[in-house]
Amino acid sequence: MQFSEHWLRSLVNPPLDSEALGHLLTMAGLEVEESAAVAPPFSGVVVACIVEAEKHPNADKLKLCKVDAGQGELLQIVCGAPNAAVGMKVPCAVVGAKLPGFEIKAAKLRGVESFGMLCSARELGLSEDHGGLLELAADAPIGQNVRDYLALDDTLFTIKLTPNRSDCLSLAGVGREVAALTGQSLVLPEIDGVAPTLDDRREIVLDAPDGCPRYCGRILRGVDAKAPSPEWMKQRLLRSGVRSISALVDITNYVMLELGQPLHAFDNARLTGAIHVRYPREGEQLLLLNEQTVTPAADTLLIADDARALALAGIMGGEESGITLDTTDVFLESAFFAPNAIAGRARGYGFVSDASHRFERGVDFALAVPAIERATQLILEICGGAAGPVVEAVSVDHLPARKPVRLRPGRARRLLGIDLDDAAIGKLLEGVHLTVQRDGDNLLVVPPSFRFDIEIEEDLIEEIARLYGYDNIPALPPQGGLAMLDRSESGRSAWDVRHLLAGRDYQEVVNYAFVEEAWERDFCANDAPIRLANPIASQMSVMRSSLVPGLAGNLVANRKRQLNRVRVFEIGRCFERKADGEPVAGFHQPVRVAALAAGPALPEQWGAPTRLVDFYDVKGDLEALFAPRVLKFEPVSDPALHPGRAAAVLLDGHRIGVVGELHPVWVQRYEMGAAPVVFEVDMDDALLACLPAYQEISRQPAVTRDLALVVEQGLAVARVVEVLGEVAPAVVKGIELFDVYHGKGIDPGKKSLAFRVLMQDTQRTLEDAEVDAAIAVIIRHAEAVLGARLRG
Amino acid sequence: MDKLDQLVQQATAEFAAVADGVQLEQAKARFLGKTGVLTEQLKGLGKLAPDERRAAGAEINRAKDAIEAALEARRHALREAVLLAQLAAEALDVTLPGRGASQGGLHPVSRTLERIEGLFRSIGFVVADGPEIETDWHNFTALNTPENHPARSMHDTFYLEGHDEVLLRTHTSPVQIRSMLNHVARYGARESMPELRVIIPGRVYRVDSDATHSPMFHQVEGLWVGETVSFADLKGVIADFLRKFFETEDLQVRFRPSFFPFTEPSAEIDVAFMSGALKGRWLEIAGCGMVHPNVLRFGGIDPERYTGFAFGMGPDRLTMLRYGVNDLRLFFEGDLRFLSQFR
Repeated sequence: MQFSEHWLRSLVNPPLDSEALGHLLTMAGLEVEESAAVAPPFSGVVVACIVEAEKHPNADKLKLCKVDAGQGELLQIVCGAPNAAVGMKVPCAVVGAKLPGFEIKAAKLRGVESFGMLCSARELGLSEDHGGLLELAADAPIGQNVRDYLALDDTLFTIKLTPNRSDCLSLAGVGREVAALTGQSLVLPEIDGVAPTLDDRREIVLDAPDGCPRYCGRILRGVDAKAPSPEWMKQRLLRSGVRSISALVDITNYVMLELGQPLHAFDNARLTGAIHVRYPREGEQLLLLNEQTVTPAADTLLIADDARALALAGIMGGEESGITLDTTDVFLESAFFAPNAIAGRARGYGFVSDASHRFERGVDFALAVPAIERATQLILEICGGAAGPVVEAVSVDHLPARKPVRLRPGRARRLLGIDLDDAAIGKLLEGVHLTVQRDGDNLLVVPPSFRFDIEIEEDLIEEIARLYGYDNIPALPPQGGLAMLDRSESGRSAWDVRHLLAGRDYQEVVNYAFVEEAWERDFCANDAPIRLANPIASQMSVMRSSLVPGLAGNLVANRKRQLNRVRVFEIGRCFERKADGEPVAGFHQPVRVAALAAGPALPEQWGAPTRLVDFYDVKGDLEALFAPRVLKFEPVSDPALHPGRAAAVLLDGHRIGVVGELHPVWVQRYEMGAAPVVFEVDMDDALLACLPAYQEISRQPAVTRDLALVVEQGLAVARVVEVLGEVAPAVVKGIELFDVYHGKGIDPGKKSLAFRVLMQDTQRTLEDAEVDAAIAVIIRHAEAVLGARLRG
Repeated sequence: MDKLDQLVQQATAEFAAVADGVQLEQAKARFLGKTGVLTEQLKGLGKLAPDERRAAGAEINRAKDAIEAALEARRHALREAVLLAQLAAEALDVTLPGRGASQGGLHPVSRTLERIEGLFRSIGFVVADGPEIETDWHNFTALNTPENHPARSMHDTFYLEGHDEVLLRTHTSPVQIRSMLNHVARYGARESMPELRVIIPGRVYRVDSDATHSPMFHQVEGLWVGETVSFADLKGVIADFLRKFFETEDLQVRFRPSFFPFTEPSAEIDVAFMSGALKGRWLEIAGCGMVHPNVLRFGGIDPERYTGFAFGMGPDRLTMLRYGVNDLRLFFEGDLRFLSQFR
């Protein structure tokens, strides 16, 4: 909410400067988001009247003016404004004036002397308007300082109100807070009931008293809708961010800003019979003031007459029953609509209004009559006319209850950690118009009609904290039983995983969880992705089921910035449909870790040959991530990956992810350059660690034998190792591949695999015969099962 | 015996004159070899009378020792020279860059989250986690934000097509509810439950996008529930955290009344640095408050017996402040020129 400091100070004027006043509001929970001076500093500008305006003898576009600035004699001023005209009141900066950015001196302009400057709004820093001179009202007193005349020494406060403080959506409300916090008195405009001079009345029927328990209406006749709004009112409205429209509209807005009661003015001549507050009938339509035609939902409260719907109650008036500049008879509405009957409804039609904003948060239900009287006063004053009686319909049972709330002062002290006696607590609460009664050890507190946020004890404790001052509550070092946290050695944290990958030259990224639909289709073969109902953009419309497309996107984006060596990883959630998903049914939301490497295997450097990263580099990184646990790999078909260069990753027999080169089709389509390699595995598995288990170290010498086997080119090494292991006696401690060869000396379609077999016994030295026998067994088995041949 | 002294001098001089080991061994032979000068002298001893022989022998042996010492010294010097020459030939350009792979790095917000977790772990908070597709009940209802509550308009929520009861969580607070329910399931049967202290980092989603808002961003939620937890404790923990996080005492912290449906009393936490580029400006850092009794009840905890505080802060913003980053969107663009600055 935005308002003028002047206006607030006309109600309550504490001895605080603007900054201190702003701080006071902020620390009371009415956060001052912005406070801006109405005008920048300037001096020496007075109200002046143009007495003569001749053409400048030496310039077509300039005028030579004689100006009465109240200085006894007329000033000669050269002026270039197109609207300068005789009889016009304008701001005049006299010689010596200091304007934003410059000072006014006597000067010669095209050979003619000029003693001052006539100003536009922009030259005074009031707005960007520089179409011409700022025209002042005809009755502006000549010679008066413009700052005083336009009340420019004012500050605009913008406060950000939390939804619980609807009582502060008015100057009176903010003033009430300021008065309570500073001990100053609040002076509201006197509201005398306007004695009716007409008998005309329109009956009111509360068809839905739960939604509208109070409705006041009054007829005014002979009103001049074309009368101008007074300057002071226009200024206060403008400084509250409300545009002046016409006197009647301005008055209803003014009273809403002043007291907090939204009002509505109907053209009485366009109404038929009684006013009803009811829910809509089947198929009923309404053209609103914003020119939108709505079919009100069944739970939207309407104002209607005997013939038709007139307005969305508490939200917006209808175009066909509203006032115009030709209106002479007005039916003025001042009502209380229950927050529950208004909440969320306007948003359903795609807008919010000042009225709905207030009603859904809660408007003082005792304010309807005072507000209609205040508005009547102003209408009669400004637009003339005569008023009928206020007709009030009320269903007392449906008005908000103001039940006493029990407060245990001891609990308040304990919860806040402060030492404040019961009397002081009572006094704080009474200061904001809560009624406090003692009841044994407790206090019974009744909130006033304008507070909608006090229903339980905690609401009162919050109020106490706020009024006592959050600053005055001590900051205590935390206390609690010292108990050590679990720190399992057979698990590790996500941080360990991050540091491991960073140590292997991958940069962590954070990508959006919603991605382009094409990514899901291409990389994940997912034609039925989880779609957002309200995405902010089409390329962020579906939930990702894999981290890989995002990493590919990072590669593409970085290549566009001339970075060709890209190594990135992400740890994040992926989303899949799963009927019995945990913890949210319908969805599986695993955290995964994925990495992508593309471009040169090493950063460009003098000492190492340049080579592109390949499958085995990334596989090595993945193996290092899981070491000392051993992963297994087997060929796999995956829509994202090259069909011949992709592997499923297995840990302890279950599949935890994939590793492979991205599919050349996608590499080409998305312009990813040389084949990038990726892996993606479940984070849960990456978080498991091994508790080391000691095994006795043999004191006996180890024996190694090398073994080269020629096998079919297509045979997987893992299969060979597995077969060799099947028959290896217990003394064989390891069979390690150390070379793969094909080419000269090896038949085409074959490859030679060289293994080093390590043998050892913990108790004794192995004999040659034993070693030879072990190797022979292994070779025979490989020959029989794999068709392998010992390389000669 | 002047002659012997001369011999020693002569040998020393000849040793010094040689250029390498071969010449040195030749020179040695001239003095100490089978037909060397000194050997000849020793052979001559037999011609002397026995008493003269002993004295002359001692003299000759002394000269021999001296020549051998000179020889050894020269050998050592020559070896040294060879080594030095070899080392000089092996010299590298030590200014050439080192070889091998470079290092990657963590995302700047991860750095912040790791620090936050570490600081809170040090006072006994454990890390909890929860789903990002969340039920409406956990995200709103259980956090005291019923349908049509004005506070729901504070969040612009992403919903999923075809699902009414689920959404992308708008904050990490639903994990408060999950943590409380878990805690009660584990300890509820006991006479007295141990304190619940959790810290909940994670990604959250809101329909919002500009230089200071991203549709996906990070939050860290904290929750402490116990029998004596007060607002004063909340102030103490947060103030301690902020000073430790920013590693300065040169920091003002203020708590300002605010409103959240799930806490009461509620506060916004502002900090102001007393030096640096942001000196004197109050910056909104976090929201916090005492857990609302309805929220405790939804978590299965008796609000009459237990109280608690909760806070939620934006690690993205903390990261921006700490490293001077001015555009939130940089965190989510994967630009390596930006990310690699945080290694």
